[in-house]
Amino acid sequence: MLRLRPVLAAGSLSRRYATAASPHALVLLEHRAGVIDSGSLSALTAAQQLGGQITGLVVGAPDEVKGVVEKAKKLKGLTSVLHSSSEQYAHNIPELVSPLLEKLLSDSTSYTHVVSAHSSSAKSILPRVAARLDLPAVSDITSVEHDGSSNSTTFTRPIYAGNAISTVRAPDSVRVKFFTVRSTAFKASAADEAAQVEDKAIDPVEVSDAPTQHVRTDLTKSDRPDLGSASRVVSGGRALKNAETFKATLEPLADALGAAIGASRAAVDAGYADNSLQVGQTGKVVAPELYMAIGISGAIQHLAGMKDSKLIVAINKDPEAPIFQVADAGLVADLYEAVPELVQKLKQ
Amino acid sequence: MRPSAVRLLNILVPIKRTVDYAVKIRVNPDQKGVDLNVKHSMNPFDEIAVEEAVRLREKLKDEVKSIKVVTIGPPKAAETLRTALAMGADAGIHIEVPDGAAAPEPLGVAKALRAVIRREKDSVDLVIMGKQAIDDDAGQTGQMLAGLMDWAQATFASKLVVDPKAKEASVTREIDGGLEELKCRLPLVVTTDLRLNEPRYASLPNIMKAKKKPIQKLTPGELEVDLAPILETLKVAEPPKRVGGAKVENVDELIAKLKEAGITAVKA
Repeated sequence: MLRLRPVLAAGSLSRRYATAASPHALVLLEHRAGVIDSGSLSALTAAQQLGGQITGLVVGAPDEVKGVVEKAKKLKGLTSVLHSSSEQYAHNIPELVSPLLEKLLSDSTSYTHVVSAHSSSAKSILPRVAARLDLPAVSDITSVEHDGSSNSTTFTRPIYAGNAISTVRAPDSVRVKFFTVRSTAFKASAADEAAQVEDKAIDPVEVSDAPTQHVRTDLTKSDRPDLGSASRVVSGGRALKNAETFKATLEPLADALGAAIGASRAAVDAGYADNSLQVGQTGKVVAPELYMAIGISGAIQHLAGMKDSKLIVAINKDPEAPIFQVADAGLVADLYEAVPELVQKLKQ
Repeated sequence: MRPSAVRLLNILVPIKRTVDYAVKIRVNPDQKGVDLNVKHSMNPFDEIAVEEAVRLREKLKDEVKSIKVVTIGPPKAAETLRTALAMGADAGIHIEVPDGAAAPEPLGVAKALRAVIRREKDSVDLVIMGKQAIDDDAGQTGQMLAGLMDWAQATFASKLVVDPKAKEASVTREIDGGLEELKCRLPLVVTTDLRLNEPRYASLPNIMKAKKKPIQKLTPGELEVDLAPILETLKVAEPPKRVGGAKVENVDELIAKLKEAGITAVKA
């Protein structure tokens, strides 16, 4: 604390307010193709529950950042937006982005929390930065509560593939509390057209002689809703036999419902569906309005990724399949008869 | 002729003994943790890491000088090291903590691994480890180690090609929405995704041979690291139970259920 004093004395009024009782969160606003990721919008909602100021941080290549900042300024809940652009930030390489965060979060920082989505990119960056600042991090939280009087923050998070819920507290001694947010546990923060918060550019921290270079990115193209944020998901398992039947059986149903397509690990491993469609502990965690499990037995690892869905429907010919224990509506039937019938009757 | 020393690769594979993935875990009635008197095995992602190290040696032959596995855990974690040795690792390091000690956090583990790397006579070029442990599901240790060492990192790897001469690796990573390829300079920390490989079963002769391979024992004290958790675990609880189990007789009933929930077909 002693080290903070000169800064506080010389700093602006806002700095002086950044005492233990007043949280100030730095939220990583991730973006792709000029659009802010919905996971980051959920992270923003979680940050609001800390009850203090919230600064959004937009990092990216120069041609991307400007448009994203304009959108960020209209987000409900933000008190300011910081942005930094450099060609080096184009692909979110942790070795290149970390130094900027380290600088922002140095000993004299006013930030008390660093918040991001539990996305593949933030998951790679946040722990690296936390360790370099000798701080722990809390992954994939489903609730957050800050206590100003003790300057401690309490989180809940799933462990053991969601089969237990752990409540952990980051005490006062954790100078900056890092956490990633499970997006399905928090609503996405909305845009507020009237809002117009201040934005401020910060100089990038260029890394000379970078140890890692981006070669290429291959995104799976899809016209369907994004699996992570879709309100309806139709998922297939090993019972779909092969990639052709997987497609031929599930697509008409997904089309009829306007749903995203997901898959069990068995289906992905067998090559029926792309890796990015995997739902489960090691794949995506989804919590849509409707989750339809077609030909999925319901292993623990799969349930970890979908059991918070609002309505779970299962179609399986094995009446003993564990999926029926969590399904709100289970139909014991041959999926090759039931699914086409379902599609046809839904359309009527 | 022996290749020059600079071209030889030393690989370190950190592994963790966890509750077996197939066990249905139970929360203790005191809500302080889960019942750990159940079958344990090597964290599945770490098996993939060991397998990848062994495959690198099969591919690069003598260019891989050593594959060492390291674990932090209670006395029984030695069994997990033996499993890795039976899969093809050369030697093990066991940082032993007492039975019943609080589980170390990723930051503590990363610091212990840093201390191990610094102690090694031959410099470590490549650390391959699981992307997450299936008990705490944190997924932080690899990134933290890379940060502490100021090394390159490649998380969620589904393909790894190492060029020991150029001291470089090409890594394909699983990212949200697709794949990304990186070129990383060694030394490097790679964390494994499920798609990287299919781990082998140790054969009986290899299990016998593994018993003769060396395991070095160390304590956190010798490494001068403090593994005490910084975060306080207040409670471990059962997740809310789902009231599922309702079956419907036919597709019509299913559609009625969907309608009840306000779900109908979208207009094409």
